[in-house]
Amino acid sequence: MNSIQLVRLASCRSSAQMQFMLLFSRQGKLRLQKWYVPLSDKEKKKITRELVQTVLARKPKMCSFLEWRDLKIVYKRYASLYFCCAIEDQDNELITLEIIHRYVELLDKYFGSVCELDIIFNFEKAYFILDEFLLGGEAQETSKKNVLKAIEQADLLQEDAKVSSACSECCECICVIRESLVAAHMLIIFRSRGIILARLISMRFMLPSQNMIFSVIASLFYPIEDF
Amino acid sequence: MSDVVEKTLTALPGLFDSQTGAAKITNRLRQLIKSITELTSKHEEENLIKQELSAMKEQVSSPNTTMKQMREIMVRAMYCEMLGYDASFTYIHAIKLAQQGSVLEKRVGYLAVSLFLNEGHELLLLLVNTVLKDLQSTNLIEACMALTVVAQVFPKDMIPAVLPLVEDKLSHSKEIIRRKAVLALYKFYLIAPNQVQHIHAKFRKALCDKDPGVMTSSLHIYLQLIRESPDSYKDLTDSFVTILKQVVGGKLPVDFNYHSVPAPWLQIQLLRILSLLGKEDQSTSELMYDVLDESLRRAEMNHNITYAILYECVKAVYTIHPKAELLEKAARCIGNFVLSPKINLKYLGLKALTYVVQHDAKLALQHQMTIIECLDHSDFTIKRETLELLFRITNAQNVTVIVEKMLDFLRSCNDEHTVIHLVGKVAELAEKFAPDNSWFIQTMNDVFSVGGDLLQQDVPNNFLRLLAEGTESKEEDDQLRLYAVASYLTVLKGHTSHLPQCFLQVMSWVLGEYAHLQESVDRCEVIRLLTQLLNQRSVSSETRVWILSALTKISEGHADLILDLAESLSSSQDTVLRQQAQELHHLSRDSQLHEWVLPRGTPWDATEVDSSLSFLDGFVSEALAAGAAPYKPPHQRREELCEDRALNLEPYSFSLPVSLSSCSITDRQSPTLLSVSSGLSGNSTELSQKAGSSTLILEGVKRVWGKDGYLPQKEATAPPVDEPSAAVQAPCQQEAAERAEPQPEPSTINQDKQQLASSLFVGLGVGSSMSLLGKSEAPPPRFRKKPRPHESSSSSSSGTSERSSEASSRSSRNTTDSFLYGSLLEEEPATSISAFDHTPKCTTANGLAAKEDKRANASQILGGDMVIVRPSTIQDKHLPPLSSDLSALLPADLKDLPRSDVISLTSDPSLSLSSCRLFRDEALLLVVFISNCTDTVVKDVAVELSAEELETVSLRGNVVDCLEAGSTSVCHYTLLMDDPQTSVSFTGTVSYQTQPGHTNTLPFSGTLSTADFIRPLVVSTEEYGKLWLSLSHDVKQNLKLLADAGDPLRTTLNALKDALRLHVVDIIGSEGIVACRLLGGAPCLLHCRVNGAALAVWLRSPHPALPDCILYHCQRALAQH
Repeated sequence: MNSIQLVRLASCRSSAQMQFMLLFSRQGKLRLQKWYVPLSDKEKKKITRELVQTVLARKPKMCSFLEWRDLKIVYKRYASLYFCCAIEDQDNELITLEIIHRYVELLDKYFGSVCELDIIFNFEKAYFILDEFLLGGEAQETSKKNVLKAIEQADLLQEDAKVSSACSECCECICVIRESLVAAHMLIIFRSRGIILARLISMRFMLPSQNMIFSVIASLFYPIEDF
Repeated sequence: MSDVVEKTLTALPGLFDSQTGAAKITNRLRQLIKSITELTSKHEEENLIKQELSAMKEQVSSPNTTMKQMREIMVRAMYCEMLGYDASFTYIHAIKLAQQGSVLEKRVGYLAVSLFLNEGHELLLLLVNTVLKDLQSTNLIEACMALTVVAQVFPKDMIPAVLPLVEDKLSHSKEIIRRKAVLALYKFYLIAPNQVQHIHAKFRKALCDKDPGVMTSSLHIYLQLIRESPDSYKDLTDSFVTILKQVVGGKLPVDFNYHSVPAPWLQIQLLRILSLLGKEDQSTSELMYDVLDESLRRAEMNHNITYAILYECVKAVYTIHPKAELLEKAARCIGNFVLSPKINLKYLGLKALTYVVQHDAKLALQHQMTIIECLDHSDFTIKRETLELLFRITNAQNVTVIVEKMLDFLRSCNDEHTVIHLVGKVAELAEKFAPDNSWFIQTMNDVFSVGGDLLQQDVPNNFLRLLAEGTESKEEDDQLRLYAVASYLTVLKGHTSHLPQCFLQVMSWVLGEYAHLQESVDRCEVIRLLTQLLNQRSVSSETRVWILSALTKISEGHADLILDLAESLSSSQDTVLRQQAQELHHLSRDSQLHEWVLPRGTPWDATEVDSSLSFLDGFVSEALAAGAAPYKPPHQRREELCEDRALNLEPYSFSLPVSLSSCSITDRQSPTLLSVSSGLSGNSTELSQKAGSSTLILEGVKRVWGKDGYLPQKEATAPPVDEPSAAVQAPCQQEAAERAEPQPEPSTINQDKQQLASSLFVGLGVGSSMSLLGKSEAPPPRFRKKPRPHESSSSSSSGTSERSSEASSRSSRNTTDSFLYGSLLEEEPATSISAFDHTPKCTTANGLAAKEDKRANASQILGGDMVIVRPSTIQDKHLPPLSSDLSALLPADLKDLPRSDVISLTSDPSLSLSSCRLFRDEALLLVVFISNCTDTVVKDVAVELSAEELETVSLRGNVVDCLEAGSTSVCHYTLLMDDPQTSVSFTGTVSYQTQPGHTNTLPFSGTLSTADFIRPLVVSTEEYGKLWLSLSHDVKQNLKLLADAGDPLRTTLNALKDALRLHVVDIIGSEGIVACRLLGGAPCLLHCRVNGAALAVWLRSPHPALPDCILYHCQRALAQH
């Protein structure tokens, strides 16, 4: 670390409460990285490598804080995953620890008893949640309900887009209504041969495939044809 | 491999089946992740990723790839980047995805952008349009995504483009949008504070938002604002206190609770704000005592989050104006922390103590046992924090123990940053509290050998300086020096190969300077040791230079011993070493010269340095007369080099006069203004020293030439405050004696620890009685630095010479500028001439005239015996004369100038002061009217005016011997602004005598805005076009368009013209071009276009700060309209 980098880190300081957040496994594999200060890729890699080593070397009974370069590192281990944040020296370490905990709670609520695998395979989701919780290094929304609501809203919209595109391929879909944002039910109303049909579909955290929509629609149509 | 991963592998097929829909999309990613987990070596992983990346590359460039596929590719690219591989070819596609995809794909696109691109990345410019579109979208999710990305990465220059849209979002109906908008504005504030100045009122609205989330976000902005200027937000204290009261009282919705603590993040944010507001402000602090008390009381639950709040509370209590009751409670809280078995809390307790002992050192006493336990803690972090705490409570009595502890820690520590940090502290303590010479030198030896070459340069510098300058008494100094010499000789006799270079350098310097003091030691022995060192392979060439210069100093009379050495080194590869050897060679032959160059035992400050190198002036002028090329400073040379090499993007007709004019200026300047040129050359050596590896060597050379080169250059550390030592010492010992008694359960406590405690915490009780008032009760330091008048004057003079050279170089640049514009502005000679006119004014007399002028003004002291400062009060019966009367008093030559209204500055029963600004073409005239309101004569009236950011070019009439009853005198200042600022304030005093011997002073102050320093720039449309192309600094912003039935553009521009004295060059259709210049040369061009209901303004100027300032004033002018 030469002095220029140090200066850069220092000069970035005033801009963000949190400098960066890293998630890595016990084996030292990076699972998530979010940088709130502009650094070059080379610096990021170097910092990550050094930090992962330092944190992994610490014994479980040691405290969760670490003075590292001119920053304060706050880390906590959850099962096989280490959550690690860098903050300024004057900042409150305990509250950062709780920020980590709140993030884990959010992940847990979203994925339903989250494990490392969820984060490995759905890391973009983990990023979405993080972006709703922390923005630019500052806590954006501390209400758990509100964060999850925002995420589910966005997720649902994705589903809406898929459902309506699927529907438009097989029949004329009048509208797709979200009955409740949180519960993620959908009311699909179709018009077919002059008859209006409606069906409530319940979906949660699953992007409905086209096939699924077809089968739903098919199940709606059978009785009519029989009729 | 961990069992978790193994489990995954078995579970994977199941995952695919159950989530067919999702699996389809992320199939490739899953495959990739799966195959990576199967690999055994890093090498295999690299190959696999390489394959993956090349496949992706092919896919992205293929035109058939759908957006859906692109989204999947983007997710894989993010994964590869996370693993540390470069996928930069996808960046542009991430932007495309955000731009063209459906909501679903957009989301991934935006995420990829925020992960891939840094704030400064050029590709971000391509994102601006997308963001603009999405911000205007009616789809909530799209707007959310756009705001999220804006708050994370957004190019600074493009802020004006989205600012109005983000501003609108502040009044959006959805709280999530408002919240994100507030955070986006916070981000803007951090990176470009000027541009959001006008929306401060809206921040207040956000603070009062009915949604707690939005309010919380606005606190980020307020924390930042208040940190910068706490005084401007004191009025908000009440609101913050109320909010905190409500939060603590549980008035927020339950879902803001975290582990049944109401909104802890919000509480902490508020506590931080309050502590900033209450700092050193009793009345504000009083407002918050209640709520702080409440917070301390409420936070009782045993959970991390309550401790986090408590910690913040304690900090706040100790930051604001103290209240005994609260302090007591806070101290008890700290006890809970420190005594907690949880290690995290213990750490925080130590941290809190470290903060608190600065105010009340006694607190550390209560926890001494815990502190000592922590000192031996197995956790590095805890140990280090404990040392930090000890550092804060160090005094003359416990310094030896504490320093020993710190050095012990340092020896076992291998973290570079910790070492640098702590070693500096040890050195600081050693210098401040050293009990005796031997301890000091020994400790410094440890510092140098432990710190090694990681040490910050000022540690050895300070040490050498201390030795060299000495204290008041010569005997003590010599003793210290003697001890150092003896100690170093012992060190050198031992093993030297492992010693850090920095330590060797220090030793050789000390030996070179002071070895002669030690009479018992044979000089030959010293020479032998140094030569031995010189021949060692591990010694760097920089150190060799140090050693050789030391040898040069002590070789007098023993030249024969080292002549061989000089001979062998004079063919060295290293130029500096070679030069040094040559010097040694010459000096050893001529003892008289040696005596003259390296005088021995002369006091430190006797050597005089001609830092401006003025003795070379004669040489320079001769050389110039003989046709030598004039000196050009490095930056100018570099610029010229660039001009030659770079592609010429400017129109040809334009670039030619530039180079010509710049040459002619330097030609004209150099022979006449010798001292300027010498100032520049002096500057240039400094510059070259700063650059690159040659630095070190050059410093080495300087050191040979006497004691001047290197040490006097650096700033003195703040001279320690002298305090009556006896007064402090006495209670100190007393307290120490008292303290020994109340030890709790002495039997159970380990004897050793007990002892350590008594040695560590000795003398801490002193602060108990006065801690709250006097924060720093430092005992008199042992090594008191001698006041050095010479040093200060030399440093200030070198400072001014530097400044003057800077000023002159700047003014020469200005002149270049004015030529540059002059060539364009032939039709309008007034501007170019006037701009040229005043620049030489400040360059003549070495460019110092203006500065000295200013200083002379400021230091004007009247001859009166007494100075009575009377607060200015305005009394009705002494009404200042009407402004119309006053303006009639203006000298005839100034009467016709455009001017502002006369405003009253200040008044008292005898005098009243008013001012008026006159806008001359080439400067701002500040006219001050001094009116005598009494019936008697007022004598010796003198006005002093100072404004740091302004340059006073000339002044007239500021001293009046005698002011008749009822009469008014006029004095005027000609002012220029060097660096544009939105506003500058000036302060001043007027002193006068109503009775002989009694001097009254009357302070006054006022502000001037940039607008006062802006003049129209009269150019034709073609010239404007040319000039536009040549300017670099761009700012864009939307302004309000004045509503007018006829021609809103013309109305708006005219309003601006009237308010700011701009020149409207042309109006074509919906576009208008406007030009102005700052006094002193820098022009600013405005290009305005009607864009719906707004006026899109694009400003360009050679000066980076000018457009921002002008924009600010435009906004204000339009707002007032």
